[in-house]
Amino acid sequence: MARMIGAEMFFETLIEEGIDVIFGLPGGYVLKVYDVMPKFEGKIKHVLTRHEQGATHMADGYARASGKPGVVLCTSGPAATNTVTGIATAQMDSSPIVVFTGQVPLPYLGSDAFQEADHIGITRPCTKHNYLVRKAGDLPRIMKEAFYIASSGRPSPVLVDMPKDVILEEDELVIPQEINLRGYKPPTKGDPKQIQKAVDMILKSKRPIIFGGGGIIHANASPELIEFAHRLEIPVTSTLMGLGAYPQDDPLYVHMLGMHGSYAANMAVHSSDLVISIGARFDDRATGGNFDEFSPGAEIIHIDIDPSSIDKNIVVHCPIVGHAKLVLQQLLDALPSKIEKDRTEWRAQIEEWDTKHPMGYNQTGDKILTTYAIDTLSKITDDDAIIVSDVGQHQMWVAQFYKFNHPRTHITSGGLGTMGFGFPAAMGAKFACPDKQVVCVSGDGSFQMNMQELATAVEYKLDLTIMLLNNGHHGMVRQWQTMFFDGNYSASRFGVLPDFVMLAESFGAKGLRVDKPEELEATLKEGLSTKGVVLIEVMVDCEELVYPMIAPGGAMNDMILGAVDVA
Amino acid sequence: MRHTISLFVDNESGVLSRVAGLFSARGFNIESLNVAETLDPDTSRITLVTTGDDFVIEQVIKRFNNMVNVIWVDDLTEEPRVEREMILIRVDANEKNRAEILRMADIFRAKVVDVGAQSYSLELTGDKEKVNAFIELLEPMGIKEIARTGTVAMKRDAKNSNTGDAQ
Ligand SMILES: Cc1ncc(C[n+]2csc(CCOP(=O)(O)OP(=O)(O)O)c2C)c(N)n1
Ligand SMILES: [Mg+2]
Repeated sequence: MARMIGAEMFFETLIEEGIDVIFGLPGGYVLKVYDVMPKFEGKIKHVLTRHEQGATHMADGYARASGKPGVVLCTSGPAATNTVTGIATAQMDSSPIVVFTGQVPLPYLGSDAFQEADHIGITRPCTKHNYLVRKAGDLPRIMKEAFYIASSGRPSPVLVDMPKDVILEEDELVIPQEINLRGYKPPTKGDPKQIQKAVDMILKSKRPIIFGGGGIIHANASPELIEFAHRLEIPVTSTLMGLGAYPQDDPLYVHMLGMHGSYAANMAVHSSDLVISIGARFDDRATGGNFDEFSPGAEIIHIDIDPSSIDKNIVVHCPIVGHAKLVLQQLLDALPSKIEKDRTEWRAQIEEWDTKHPMGYNQTGDKILTTYAIDTLSKITDDDAIIVSDVGQHQMWVAQFYKFNHPRTHITSGGLGTMGFGFPAAMGAKFACPDKQVVCVSGDGSFQMNMQELATAVEYKLDLTIMLLNNGHHGMVRQWQTMFFDGNYSASRFGVLPDFVMLAESFGAKGLRVDKPEELEATLKEGLSTKGVVLIEVMVDCEELVYPMIAPGGAMNDMILGAVDVA
Repeated sequence: MRHTISLFVDNESGVLSRVAGLFSARGFNIESLNVAETLDPDTSRITLVTTGDDFVIEQVIKRFNNMVNVIWVDDLTEEPRVEREMILIRVDANEKNRAEILRMADIFRAKVVDVGAQSYSLELTGDKEKVNAFIELLEPMGIKEIARTGTVAMKRDAKNSNTGDAQ
């Protein structure tokens, strides 16, 4: 046993937890933590971000790419409030991050001391749990619990608030080996009765479809999902967050469902007689939001680790609360060795929908279409490249046109839809997977929300490509104005934009620009093969619209198809 | 519908805000909320009464279950249960109504806990209906102040249901 101060216990416990990188920015009440940090060099890498929001998205991107919790360290007050967007983003998409904030000394709590904010109160609704540490001796236990809570069950953010006097206090370092939380027992296996019920429902269904969500990725359940789909010959569609969980080049794959999902996927869900939802929560963007008309002829099996997701939006016939990987294994074990099934008609029907209205575009004019740009990117990047998108039209087109074949290769802010997430999250992904190709696909609007992190990316010598789609607009806002506000383009066009190439260069990154369709592929290839941080500004047509679209509150079979002539 | 929810929680700071926060996030009002230590000083028992859509309450209860600090939660609404509330009530007391107040206190088995020059303070325990009836009767006399504990509730013992509730 060793005596040390809270700041040192912080690093000792991180190391014990297997954490090797943290994202942060120093300030008043955490200065002692930064003061002792050099002692732990070589064991823990600290990434100095330029903004605490950037740090939080980096930790989030790190967590999504690796499956390991991402860690943030920052000071109190404005620093802590800067993390809130990142915390809420991670929570909505079930990403495990642990945020450590400095705090005023305990005796000053609640006194409006300099840089004091109620971190616990502010983050209570957007964390799974949060802690105020009152004694240095408690810190290791609290940290162990924080990491356990963040990464078990439904993954989610946890915040640990560390007052300055606790950081300075000396005590024995005791890192407990066991965690004992009497109010927290995350679900594991599904109820065997429900498993049997589900199997019976599956065996008698004629038009089953798997509605796969991000939970499959969190649970690392892709191999089980593939085996399950193959053995039963069940078509698989995916939510935005589920992309990559099932290989898109598999013949059973039906493309993404939801507001901007494919015609075939939405029709298949609507016409199915059994929807098997795994790790998805039937939110309004995935179902169109008309919960009453959701898949009217179907029974629904809902597999989810969070009991509060069950029956939240849609009342289901067979809920199974459990970890997706374990539940799929249970289902596989419970299947008979010979399965009678005939999916010919059902699969032909889905095929027919797909042929009738495929996802497509028609690049003929002299302006680059974003769809074409993303399709091209998909063709020239590595099969296991990690693509991190931002928020807007480009995000939906990445989901529609990039072919994801592996889990943890598609990263996006789905639940909260946080513009500015993409670039720092891509950096986090690169820290997690230095050997993989990582591309951030962003919009001119989104990128401006966290572009200061270019400095961080250059400082840490990341090999990272940013494909910045410049349509001169908040494109998605413009699209809604076109479709639902009679073309009243109020505040969606940018009067001024930076010269993104010069901007990148000013940070020491490489900047490229392309505006001709015939030069797109060569420019992208040049950017992708250049070392370091490369920003490729792609000038695109602002008139292109994302189709199909279920109007908000609509039913899944009620899609606006658009006039794409896929010649 | 009116729901009576019972929670066992860690007895530490912040837990009450977490519990209450789930209601405020949905724009729900809490009718009454009672918190106190149990036999185990590390655990508190919360009794919470609210009115809302059954479906939403069910979601809220699931969320309670997800909370790290919530050890156990139960919706007692459909259960045979005992519900009680205690009130302290101060009424104007003068020559004319003193006897009447004492008579009513006697009928309701309320206790006089403080006697002032111009007022009586009474203590009453009972279910919601009884407490409300008592307040209504005292109203014309002039109620100066009132403090209510809010409902506390317990499931009835399955074997012994309907006994021990003589009021
Ligand atoms: C932080 C934040 N503010 C506002 C919005 C609303 N919003 C959604 S998409 C969008 C436009 C995004 O523009 P851009 O990044 O250029 O992408 P594009 O749609 O043009 O592809 C806006 C403003 C949001 N999602 N997030
Ligand atoms: Mg744009």
